[in-house]
Amino acid sequence: MNNLFVYCEIEDGIVADVSLELLTKGRSLANQLGCKLEAVAIGTNLKDIEKQILPYGVDFVHIFDGESLYPYTSAPHSAILVNLFKEEKPQVALMGATVIGRDLGPRVSSALKSGLTADCTELEIGDHEDKKSGNTYHNLLYQIRPAFGGNIVATIVNPEHRPQMATVREGVMKKEILDSNYKGEVIRHDAKKYTDPTDFLVKVIERHIEKSKNNLKNSPIIVAGGYGVGSKENFDLVYQLAKVLKAEVGASRAAVDAGYIEHDRQIGQTGITVRPKLYIACGISGQIQHLAGMQDSSIIISINTDPEAPINKIADYIITGTIEEVIPKMIKYYKQHSK
Amino acid sequence: MSLKIVVLAKQVPDTHNVGKDAMTAEGTINRSALPAIFNPEDLNALEQALRLKDAFPGSTVTILTMGPGRAAEIIREGLYRGADDGYLLTDRAFAGADTLATSYALATAIKKIGDYDVIIGGRQAIDGDTAQVGPQVAQKLGLSQVTYAEEILKIENNHITIKRHIDGGVETVEAPLPILITINGSAAPCRPRNAKLVQKYKRALGVQEKSARGEDLPYKELYEQRPYLNLKEWSVADVNGDLSQCGLNGSPTKVKAVRNIVFQTKESKALTGNDSDVESLIVELLDNKIIG
Repeated sequence: MNNLFVYCEIEDGIVADVSLELLTKGRSLANQLGCKLEAVAIGTNLKDIEKQILPYGVDFVHIFDGESLYPYTSAPHSAILVNLFKEEKPQVALMGATVIGRDLGPRVSSALKSGLTADCTELEIGDHEDKKSGNTYHNLLYQIRPAFGGNIVATIVNPEHRPQMATVREGVMKKEILDSNYKGEVIRHDAKKYTDPTDFLVKVIERHIEKSKNNLKNSPIIVAGGYGVGSKENFDLVYQLAKVLKAEVGASRAAVDAGYIEHDRQIGQTGITVRPKLYIACGISGQIQHLAGMQDSSIIISINTDPEAPINKIADYIITGTIEEVIPKMIKYYKQHSK
Repeated sequence: MSLKIVVLAKQVPDTHNVGKDAMTAEGTINRSALPAIFNPEDLNALEQALRLKDAFPGSTVTILTMGPGRAAEIIREGLYRGADDGYLLTDRAFAGADTLATSYALATAIKKIGDYDVIIGGRQAIDGDTAQVGPQVAQKLGLSQVTYAEEILKIENNHITIKRHIDGGVETVEAPLPILITINGSAAPCRPRNAKLVQKYKRALGVQEKSARGEDLPYKELYEQRPYLNLKEWSVADVNGDLSQCGLNGSPTKVKAVRNIVFQTKESKALTGNDSDVESLIVELLDNKIIG
C-alpha cells in the first residue's frame, strides 16, 4: 500500500526506454519515501516480461496478460490501472509522456479525481506549506515541467489527492540497471476481472510503426543545424561533417519548420532530449526550447555568424563565421590530423 | 444521416511568439502582452468537424469554449467558418481551474447540450501543452476516446474510422459513436473565414461584451430582430455545476513555484573561422579524445 507505481509501456514485447528510465528514477524516489517500487505491465503474450523489469530494482511487478490488451487502446488499460490503484492506493504513479502515456494518464486521473502533471522533466521529493490553509505536507512529489510554451519552469504539487500522478518526458532521466538479479515479486492478475467488455469498443484495424531511422538519443557526437543553415542544400554540409565524425545529425525546430530536414531529427523540448559528449550547433540561435533539449551535452561548439546568439552563452567554443566557410575547414583538418 | 458535433475550443495567449516586450523586468511573462488567439490545434479540430458537416448534410457544429467574456471571439471565429452555434462557459467560479476542473466544467456543459455524436477538440492548448482535457472529458462522459487523430476517414453504420498518430508511426482505429476525438496539429489546416458568414455574424456579441458597451451599443434593435447575434453564455448555475468541483476548489494540482529557465553560462573560447583557429580546435578535440 501507498507505494510508487510505474506503468510500463510495451511495444512488440519490449519495455519502452522511457518506462525503464522511470523505473530507475522511481527506485531512487521510493528510497527517499521509504516505500516499495511497483511496476504494471499490460499486454498480450507477456511471457518473461518481468525479466526486463525487475533488474531496475522493482519490488512488485503486476502483470496483466490477456487478449486484446495489445496494441494499446485507452479504455482497457485505463480500467486496469483505475481498478488496481483503487486496491493498492499508490502515493505516486508515473508514466511516460508519450502518445500512450498522455492518452492514458488523464483518463486514469479523471476517474480517480487525482491530479496529473504532464511532461515533467524533473521529479523531486520535498515539503510544501499551503499558505492559505496553513497546512504543511511532507514528502510530496515535486512535479517540475516547462510551462507557458517552454518559457518558464513550474513546480506542481498535489497536496491532498492520491495518487500524485505525472507523465515524464522520454530521455530526460537516466536508465540504469540496479541489480540484474534483483529479487522482486511477480503478481499475475486476471485482466478480465479488471475490465468490462464495453472497454473494447475501440478496435485497432491497421498499424504501421517504422523503426527510428536515427540514433540521436545514444549518439556520442551530434552535429545539429538550425535556421541559419539557410537551405535544404546547405544541410548537406551538416551531413558531411557528421559523416566524417561518425556523428548523428540533429536540428532545431526552426530548421524542421523551414522544411530543411525531417521532423524526427528535432532536438529540444518538443523533440528529442540529448546529452552527447560533443554537440556541434551549426547556425542555431538557441531558443530556450532548443537549449532545454541539449544543455547537458559535455562539450558544445557553436558555429554562428552572430556572436551574440543566445546559444553561445552555454557553448564551450564559439566560432563566429558561416557554415560554408567553417565546416569544410573542420572536415579538412580532421582528415589531416586524425590517424 | 446527420450528426451533432460539438467542438471544444480555447482562447489562448500566443505562447509561440513570446517577444521581449512580453517578459517583465523580473523575467516572468506578462500574459496580457501576448495576443489572444484561437488555439491552433482547435482550429484543426474545427476543420474536421466542418468536413463532417459537409459530408453529412443536416449535421450541426456547436462550439463550446470556456473563458472570460472576451472569449466569445472564439465562437464568432467558429461561426465565420461554418459552425452553427456556440456556448461560452463563463463564471468567476471556473477561474483557476487545472485540467481536472476544466474537464468537469466542459463535461457538465456537454451534458446540458445533451445530444451529440462527435465531440472534437485540439490535442492540446499551447498555454498548457498538457493534452489532458480531452481524455478527461471523455472519461467524465463515459465516452470512448481517440487522441492524436490526423484524419477522420469515414463514418458508416454508426461507426467512425480514424487515422491517428502514434509514437513512430500511424494507426487506424474504428469505434462506435458517440466518441470524443482530439486532433493533432499535423491534420489539415482550417479553412479561412467565409465572407458571407463574416457579414452575417460580425455584430454577434456575448452577453458580457454587449453589456460592456452599454448605451453605446450600435444597431441595438438588430439583436432583437436577429437572435443569432446574441451569443449564449452559461454560468456554473446554468450547467448545474457543483462548486466544489469547479475552478481552484476543484483542482487537485497546485502551482508551488515558477521560475525562469536559467542555463549554466560557460566560460567559452571565442574563435574565428580562419584556418589556424579551426585547425587548433580540431587538434584540441582530437588530443582530448572528444573526436577521433
